[in-house]
Amino acid sequence: MRLFAATQKSRGFVPVCHDLSIAGTLVGLHDSGAMWLPDEHTLVVADLHLEKASSFARRGVMLPPYDTGATLEKLAEAIDAFEPRRVIALGDSFHDRNGSDRLPAAYRAMLTTLQLGREWIWVTGNHDPIAPVGLCGETVEEVSFAGLAFRHEPRALAEGFAEVAGHLHPAGKVRRYGRSVRRPCFATNGERLVLPAFGVLTGGLNVLDPAWESVFPARRFSAFLLGEGRLYPFTASKLVSD
Amino acid sequence: MHAPADDLLPQAFQTWFASRGWAPRAHQLDLLRLTESGHSTLLIAPTGAGKTLAGFLPSLVSLTKRGRTKPGMARRGIHTLYISPLKALAVDIARNLEAPVSEMGLPVTVETRTGDTPAHKRQRQKQAPPDILLTTPEQVALLLSDPAAARMFDNLDTIILDELHALVTSKRGDLLSLGLARLRRIAPGLKAIGLSATVAEPDDLRAYLVAQPAEETRLLAELVKVDGGATPDISILETAERLPWSGHTARYALAGLYRVLKEHRTTLIFVNTRSQAEMLFQELWRINDDNLPIALHHGSLDVGQRRKVEAAMAAGSLRAIVCTSSLDLGIDWGDVDLVVNVGAPKGASRLAQRIGRANHRMDEPSKAILVPANRFEVIECQAALAASKAGAQDTPPLRDGGLDVLAQHVLGMACAAPFFPEELYFEVLSAEPYRRLDRATFDRIVDFVATGGYALKTYERYARLRKAADGSYRISHPRVAQQYRLNVGTIVEAPMLKVRLVRSRAAGRQSPLGRGGRPLGEIEEWFVEQLSLGDTFLFAGEVLRFEGIRENEAYVSRTRSETPQIPSYQGGKFPLSTYLADRVRHMLAEPESWGQLPDQVREWLEIQRHRSKLPTADGLLVETFPRAGKHYMVAYPFDGRLAHQTLGMLLTRRLERAGARPLGFVANDYALAVWGLGDLSAMILQGRLSLDELFDADMLGDDLDAWLASSSLLKRTFRSCAVIAGLIERRHPGKEKTGRQVTVSSDLIYDVLRSHEPDHVLLRATWHDAATGLLDILRLNELLSRTHGRITHTALARVSPLAVPVMLEIGREPVYGEAQEALLAGAADDLIGEAMG
Repeated sequence: MRLFAATQKSRGFVPVCHDLSIAGTLVGLHDSGAMWLPDEHTLVVADLHLEKASSFARRGVMLPPYDTGATLEKLAEAIDAFEPRRVIALGDSFHDRNGSDRLPAAYRAMLTTLQLGREWIWVTGNHDPIAPVGLCGETVEEVSFAGLAFRHEPRALAEGFAEVAGHLHPAGKVRRYGRSVRRPCFATNGERLVLPAFGVLTGGLNVLDPAWESVFPARRFSAFLLGEGRLYPFTASKLVSD
Repeated sequence: MHAPADDLLPQAFQTWFASRGWAPRAHQLDLLRLTESGHSTLLIAPTGAGKTLAGFLPSLVSLTKRGRTKPGMARRGIHTLYISPLKALAVDIARNLEAPVSEMGLPVTVETRTGDTPAHKRQRQKQAPPDILLTTPEQVALLLSDPAAARMFDNLDTIILDELHALVTSKRGDLLSLGLARLRRIAPGLKAIGLSATVAEPDDLRAYLVAQPAEETRLLAELVKVDGGATPDISILETAERLPWSGHTARYALAGLYRVLKEHRTTLIFVNTRSQAEMLFQELWRINDDNLPIALHHGSLDVGQRRKVEAAMAAGSLRAIVCTSSLDLGIDWGDVDLVVNVGAPKGASRLAQRIGRANHRMDEPSKAILVPANRFEVIECQAALAASKAGAQDTPPLRDGGLDVLAQHVLGMACAAPFFPEELYFEVLSAEPYRRLDRATFDRIVDFVATGGYALKTYERYARLRKAADGSYRISHPRVAQQYRLNVGTIVEAPMLKVRLVRSRAAGRQSPLGRGGRPLGEIEEWFVEQLSLGDTFLFAGEVLRFEGIRENEAYVSRTRSETPQIPSYQGGKFPLSTYLADRVRHMLAEPESWGQLPDQVREWLEIQRHRSKLPTADGLLVETFPRAGKHYMVAYPFDGRLAHQTLGMLLTRRLERAGARPLGFVANDYALAVWGLGDLSAMILQGRLSLDELFDADMLGDDLDAWLASSSLLKRTFRSCAVIAGLIERRHPGKEKTGRQVTVSSDLIYDVLRSHEPDHVLLRATWHDAATGLLDILRLNELLSRTHGRITHTALARVSPLAVPVMLEIGREPVYGEAQEALLAGAADDLIGEAMG
C-alpha cells in the first residue's frame, strides 16, 4: 500500500492508492473509483450514468441537472492525475440510449476535450447498448488488454482470462461501535475485479446481497471501500449486509 | 342576553333532546347562534363536553331547515365537510351521527371518504355528493385537484375541523390551510368551525379558521370556550424502591403499577416510545399472576392486530392497554377510569390531553398517575404536576407553512384548472401559515413545480407546467395529474420493513429460511440495519431472533431467550417543552421547593450542592472532571435532547480546534457530556479555553454550516421535503421490488444540489424544517442567548451526582462526533492489529 504525493508524478509515478495483482497483471485502484493499468497507460471507469437526471426529468421527475457536469469534472481530475494514453468506459456510460443525444453542448465539448490525444473505448452496457451519438471513440462489446477482458457485465470466465467489469455498483458496509458506514467499493477475488460506479448520481448494491453469489461464489472476495485519499481493504467476512 | 333554545332549535331537535333527558348545552347553542349569523368559530372544550355534537348541530339544523331535495330541483353539492386527522375517527363519527339523524328522521345524508373507500363509491360521491362528507386532509387535497372540484363544493356551507390543535402544528395542517383557502374561493360564504382541546395560543387557531387580509393585522374567528370540568386527580406513583439514576424502563415501579391496575376497572398506560411499550408489556405479563387481560397498542403493530385490541377495548373486555401516542387522539372509550403515564410527560398540554382520555364525563375528575423512570424524571413529573394545577398550557406555536407543502399544493391546483400566478398567490396568502410568504418565493415555487427551479434551465422541454399566452399555467400532460395523485399528502414514513415470523435457523444452520410466516408488523429500516444475524430484540410483545432480510421483509423467529440483546430505546420523539424545562430549572435552583420531592431525590440534590454546584435558573452550569484517563465536560441546559445533540456536535468541532482532542459526546433531555483526551479543567483554569467563547452564539454560523454539509439528520429531513414537494416519488407497496439499490438515493441528490445550488428553494425548505425539528436550532439559539455571560464553571476531582445520569447514557445511546473516515480507518486497523498481533 503506497500513497504517492502529486509531486512525484513528474518522476514517472502515478497517484494510485492501492496496487493489486489481477491474474498476474498489476493494476492500481484509485480512491475516485477508477482503475489504472500502468503497463498499458490505461484508465478504466465504470457506470458513469451520464444524463441520468435528465432521463428522470423526461418522466416528470425533475432531479438536479448537475450530475453530468459533476461526473465529468471528477473524470477530468482522474485524467489529469494519470494522463492516460487510453481510457475505457466500462458500459452504462449514459443512463439511457438517448443520453448521448441529449448531452448539452457544453458537456459535449468538455468530454471531447478529455478525449483529445488519447484512445477512447466505449464498452456497451445494458443502459447504453449502442454507440454514443456525435462523440469520438470506438464502441465495442468487450475488449482485452494485458491478459484482462474488459466488459460491462461479469460473465463465466474463459480459461486463462481474467476479467474487469462494472454493472453491479458494488458497495460495502462496515459496522463498528454500533455505527455503520456504507461506501462504494472495488470487489475482487484475484481473477475478477468489479469496479464501483463512477457517476455521482449512482447508488450501490451491497456486495453481500445474494445477487453476488454467482459473481464471487461462497463470498470468497475482498472489498476496497473508497475513502478520502485512501482505500479501506476488507475481506468479505468483515463486512455486513444491509 | 341569548335567545332561548326554542328559537334556535327546530321542534324535532327539542323533542329529541328531551326524549333523552338532555338539554342542549350553552356552548352548543352559542356555536349554533354564531354559525347561523355567518361567523367562523373556534370551540375550545375539554373531552367529554359534547364537542362533536356541538360541531355538527349547526349543519344538522341548517340542513333540516333546507328540507329534502325534491325531484326536478337543481343538484346540490356537499353542504358540510368534516375533517379529522384520523380516518378511524371519521368512520367512528359517521356511526355516531347516524343515531340522531335517524331518530329525528332528518333529511340528511352522511358519508365517509378515506383512503379505504372503494373507487366506485368515490366516483359516485363525485356525481351525487352526500350532504355531509367526513374525510381527511389528504382526501380534501385530492378532491380539490379534481377538475370537478368547483362543482362539488360550490354549495359548501360549513367545514368542521376536528382535533384542530393536533393538526395545525404539522405539515398536514399546512396542506389543509391551503385547501381551506381554495374552498373559501369556491364558496365565499363558507363558515369554518374548529374543535380543539385547550391550547396555549387560541388566537393562532382562530386566525387559521378565517381568510387573512394581505396586511399586518390578523383576522380572528369567534371563540367559544368551555372551561375544564373537574380538576384532574393526578399523583406520582409512590415507591419504596430505589429510584434509578438513569434509563427509561421504570422496572423498579412494576409491582406498584400492577397493584394500581388491579384496583381499577380499565387503565390506559401511556409510554413515550414503541420499545418502552414493548418492554413494559412484557414485564407486566411476567408478573401478571391474576391473568388480567392486558393488551399492547402501538403504530408499528399490524393493522389487524391493532383493530382487534381497539375492538376488545370498546367491548370493555380489557383491564389495561400499554400504548404510545398512537392512542393520544381518537375514538372515545368511556370506560377508562385511570390513565398512567410512564416516563417523562415532556409537556404540560400533552399530559393534560392524555389524562383527558380517562373518564369522558366532564363533571367527574379524571384520575391519573405519573411513573417517573429515573431521578430527573421525578423532578420533571413534579414540575408537570405543578403546571397542571396552574392550568398552564405549552402547545407549540404555529410555524410558517412549509414550502414543500406549497409546491405540492401548486401542482394540485394546476391539475384542477389552469391558474394565474397572481390570483393563486393572493389565495395562498389568505391562509394563516402562509400569510407572510413573499411573491419572489412563491414564483420560485411555481418555477420549481414547472421545471425543478434550477438556475441551469435545461428542463424547459420536459416542463410539468406550461405557461400559456395569457399568462396562465396548466399541466403539460395528463400523466402529471396521475403523478400528483400518487404522491399527495405530507406524511413521509421512514422506510419500513415488514417483520415476518419464520422458523428459526439457529438449530440447523444449513436449512434454508422458511417462507410465508405470519406478519407481525413493520419496523424502521434503520433499526434493522443495525442488527446482525442472531441478534435478539423485542417486538410485538415477544423476544425475537433476527434471521435476515429478504427483499422488503425482515425475517424473525421466536426465541426462548428472556433478555433481548439489542436495547432499542431511541429517545422520545418529543423534546422536553420549553415551559416544563423552565419549571425544572427553577425547582433545581430553589432548594426551598424540594419539600415535595422524595427523600432519595432530595438527598441526591443536597450532595450535588455540597460537592459541586446547583444549576441556576437562567444560567448554565458546566462541570469538568477527569475519569479513567479521559476528561469530561458536562453541561446542564435542560433544553431537550435535540437541541443538546446539535450543541454537542458543534462543541466537539470547537473543542477540536481548541486542541482539546474531543472523542465523542452523549446527550439526554437535561444535560450533555463531551469527553476527550485534553485536560479540560486545566485548559479552562489557565485561560487557554474560554467557556464564554466556546458557548458563543456564533457557533450557529460557520460551524453549523460546515457540520450540516455532511449531517445525516439534514439528509433525512431533505428526503421528506423532496417527497412532499414531488421531487422524488414515494415508494409504493409492490414497487420497491425492483430493488432498493435502484431507487435514486435522496442523499446523492442532496449532495449534488448542495454543492451546485445551495440556495435552491428545496434546501431552504429543508433548513427551515430542520431548524425547528431534528436540529432544534431555534431552541439552541434561545439556550445560547439565555446563558450568555452566565456560565458557571466548576472543576471537580471526580464525577458529580448530577452528572451520573448522563454519564450512564454513554454506551446506551449512540455516541456522536466520530467521523465516518475515522470509523473506517479504525475498523481497517482492527484487522491489521488482528493480523499482526
